[in-house]
Amino acid sequence: MSISVQNISKTFKDVTAVNNISFDVKEGELFGLIGPDGAGKTTLFRILTTLLFADEGTATVANFDVIENYKSIRNNVGYMPGKFSLYQDLTVEENLEFFATIFGTTIDENYDLIKDIYVQIEPFKKRRAGKLSGGMKQKLALCCALIHKPKALFLDEPTTGVDPVSRKEFWEMLKRLQKKGITMLVSTPYMDEAALCDRIALIQDGKILEIDTPQEIVKHFPKKIYDISADNMYNLLLILKEYTHCYSVYPFGEFMHYADKRNDFNTEELALFLKGKGLNNIKIQPTETTIEDTFMELAK
Amino acid sequence: MTTKNMKRFKGFIKKEFYHIFRDKRSLFILFGMPIAQIMLFGFAITNEINNVDIAVLDHSKDVTTQEIINKIASSKYFSIKQLIKNEAEIEAVFKKGKVKAVLIFEKDFSKNLTKENNATIQIITDATDPNTANTISNYTNSILQKYQQEINKNIKTPYQIIPKTRMVYNPELKSVFMFVPGVMTIILMLVSAMMTSISITREKELGTMEILLVSPLKPFQVIVGKVIPYVFLSIINAIIIVLLSIFIFNMPVQGSLLLLGVESILFIITALSLGILISTISATQQTAMMISLMGLMLPTILLSGFIFPIASMPLPLQIISNIIPAKWFVIILKGIMLKGVGLSFIWKETMILVVMSLFFISLSIKKYKIRLE
Amino acid sequence: MENKNVIQVKNLTKKFNDFTAVNSISFEVKTGEIFGFLGANGAGKTTAMKMLIGISTPTSGSAQVAGFDVFTNPEDIKKNIGYMSQKFALYDDLTVKENITFFGGIYGLSRKEIEEKRNLLIEELGLQEIVNELVGSLPLGWKQKISFSVALLHNPKIVFLDEPTGGVDPITRRQFWEMIYKTANNGTTVFVTTHYMDEAEYCDRVSIMVDGKIEALNTPKKLKEQFKVESMNDVFLKLARC
Repeated sequence: MSISVQNISKTFKDVTAVNNISFDVKEGELFGLIGPDGAGKTTLFRILTTLLFADEGTATVANFDVIENYKSIRNNVGYMPGKFSLYQDLTVEENLEFFATIFGTTIDENYDLIKDIYVQIEPFKKRRAGKLSGGMKQKLALCCALIHKPKALFLDEPTTGVDPVSRKEFWEMLKRLQKKGITMLVSTPYMDEAALCDRIALIQDGKILEIDTPQEIVKHFPKKIYDISADNMYNLLLILKEYTHCYSVYPFGEFMHYADKRNDFNTEELALFLKGKGLNNIKIQPTETTIEDTFMELAK
Repeated sequence: MTTKNMKRFKGFIKKEFYHIFRDKRSLFILFGMPIAQIMLFGFAITNEINNVDIAVLDHSKDVTTQEIINKIASSKYFSIKQLIKNEAEIEAVFKKGKVKAVLIFEKDFSKNLTKENNATIQIITDATDPNTANTISNYTNSILQKYQQEINKNIKTPYQIIPKTRMVYNPELKSVFMFVPGVMTIILMLVSAMMTSISITREKELGTMEILLVSPLKPFQVIVGKVIPYVFLSIINAIIIVLLSIFIFNMPVQGSLLLLGVESILFIITALSLGILISTISATQQTAMMISLMGLMLPTILLSGFIFPIASMPLPLQIISNIIPAKWFVIILKGIMLKGVGLSFIWKETMILVVMSLFFISLSIKKYKIRLE
Repeated sequence: MENKNVIQVKNLTKKFNDFTAVNSISFEVKTGEIFGFLGANGAGKTTAMKMLIGISTPTSGSAQVAGFDVFTNPEDIKKNIGYMSQKFALYDDLTVKENITFFGGIYGLSRKEIEEKRNLLIEELGLQEIVNELVGSLPLGWKQKISFSVALLHNPKIVFLDEPTGGVDPITRRQFWEMIYKTANNGTTVFVTTHYMDEAEYCDRVSIMVDGKIEALNTPKKLKEQFKVESMNDVFLKLARC
């Protein structure tokens, strides 16, 4: 069940939402579309789930064309749209049952597939979906998308607005589903989640910046990155920004991620410089390049 | 349909009923409204008039005119406020707002009636309130007609008082009967068109429509599944309204109940197809509600001839009223309920509704998107 | 006269029927501090925040915000704070300029003040090109930056930011935090919620709510030491999971 996207473009009025995008998702792969809101992720999902026509280009899902064979695609994929699309006034159980019925199956028939996830929300099965917390809604939505045993899953920002704990659990679930042979295309604005995908496409303003494995993609950052911290982080940022040899500097958690233009960069020299600017407790140490660094570099 | 398809379909309808029965607001609209409306129209906003002040201009002042004036004065509907002497005074009494109507007897009224067998009485009503004006003229006509019947009892060539009354179908002057068809039309329109359009757009707003589209459910099934619960509920509503009218207002249904049922279902289908059409062009529940209210409910109330007589409307509105399905249904209902006519008398109106339904259904099918754009 | 604690909360509780959304929380926020207010979905963050900005009356407990009591003077609180929520920020169908003028107006700024502030804002954010465009047509990042500035128009003592950076691209997210740093540097207290744990590290102090209670409150550094973990993300996972 592979997905193939060839030169897809889509324009709404004067906004180009998707601009000549091409990529392939292999069978059984967990593929991530990583980018901020407005990057074109949702439009791309809708084109692939046969909900929108592309202006240009072709796309196939499991070798079915998204336009000509849309019915075959609709029978074989699971789709979880951006907002958790559940019936708020139906209970957990009724929602699941409804989606099972319209896909011509029953909960029992495919219970194996959702069991891991469903047991977590089963204690609340008589509760209306509208009364569930964000994390539980997300799990229910996933169960509903899985109940007909789709060969491919399209998950559009499944973790947006969900707390870190639920996000982590959610990705663990996706990993387990992948082992059951389901091809997955997931979009997310959280860069830290990218590391959990087999391959990722960084996307911004309707264009793909880079496609690679999470391990390889960081190599697209041309410089060595250093963690720098000091007693006054805001001043540190302002000073580094003005520093002549600064290639890039961004706040990253408790450190600044700093890259220097020079190849023979010397940390001692920078430490002295910062000290001269009145900063104390200066720490400078090399660090790993993250996907977020790479994204910012490519999006510049 | 295959059994699998049938099962899907049943599941869908079940879900729709869950939505309806769990939403207190829609339950209220569904079952509270018909009862409230029929009671409201039946008891409060009736067209009945009591002791309306009128003026009389009697050009002949003979026995007959005196008798008629006495008849009118003794009825509980009118009280004669003023006797005026010439036409010039008419405008003055209207302007002062003293009277709602003026009756003018022509010269030699009695002589004309006995010699020529007809005499003219002119009824001028204050049309700033067209509703009351209409009622006044109807009531007056009905009194005149009664009087005429009395004097004609022993006469071979009957005397005729002109104008003839048009109040032949509601001789008891009970206006609630006139309202039942109107209320029924409004309720069916509300339940069928507005509720359906809201329930379809709700799915769009929630995002569930996306999932339904990306499922093996056919768009046709989604629509029909949405519509069926409302067909069912609308029929129940129509039955409630008819029962209320019969048992609370003692309104006799003159015509065939079967025909009434079939015509009601036809109108429900017209309204539903309008509801579906609205849902295809609106993206949010709010828009659907606005379009339903402004585009359907207002014309239904104002232009169907149920409150304001179409005949007294300006010509452009009279023409527009022809495209309001409710107008035709009101005519059909009045025909069956009040006049007791059969299909042969209302086939034209029925055909118009059939054509309208077919038109709206084909338009919505054409407009319904199997995709999001 | 200036109180060192611009927010003072003691045993603040909010109950909805039999459900306790906020369960006797107590904390202080110092003037000029960046205070991170974290918690899982449904932990009670939003409810607590609504009480602090004067739009929801607590069931019990006490809280002073910008020197005013949430029970008796919620209207005064509203005059002295700025608020920016993720859901509603600016009017999409007004231009940038019109939005600034409108919000300046509702906070009682004079026409001249609005004019000055607007020009300053246009300068600082580099809005020259888009000042006459409808807000609805701007990218999310721009909207968030502008609405943050709008929340600061009337020089509030505290600004409350409810998930200001959700879904924003990484570069804009950092520019946003630079604005937060700058604001705090100018003496305005910043009270912020976020789902990005790296952003928690940017805060001076962080509180973490679990099931209506504040389970941890300290500087990011101390919290990491306390829980013996490497990052705020791990602190959060450790607290919220058990």
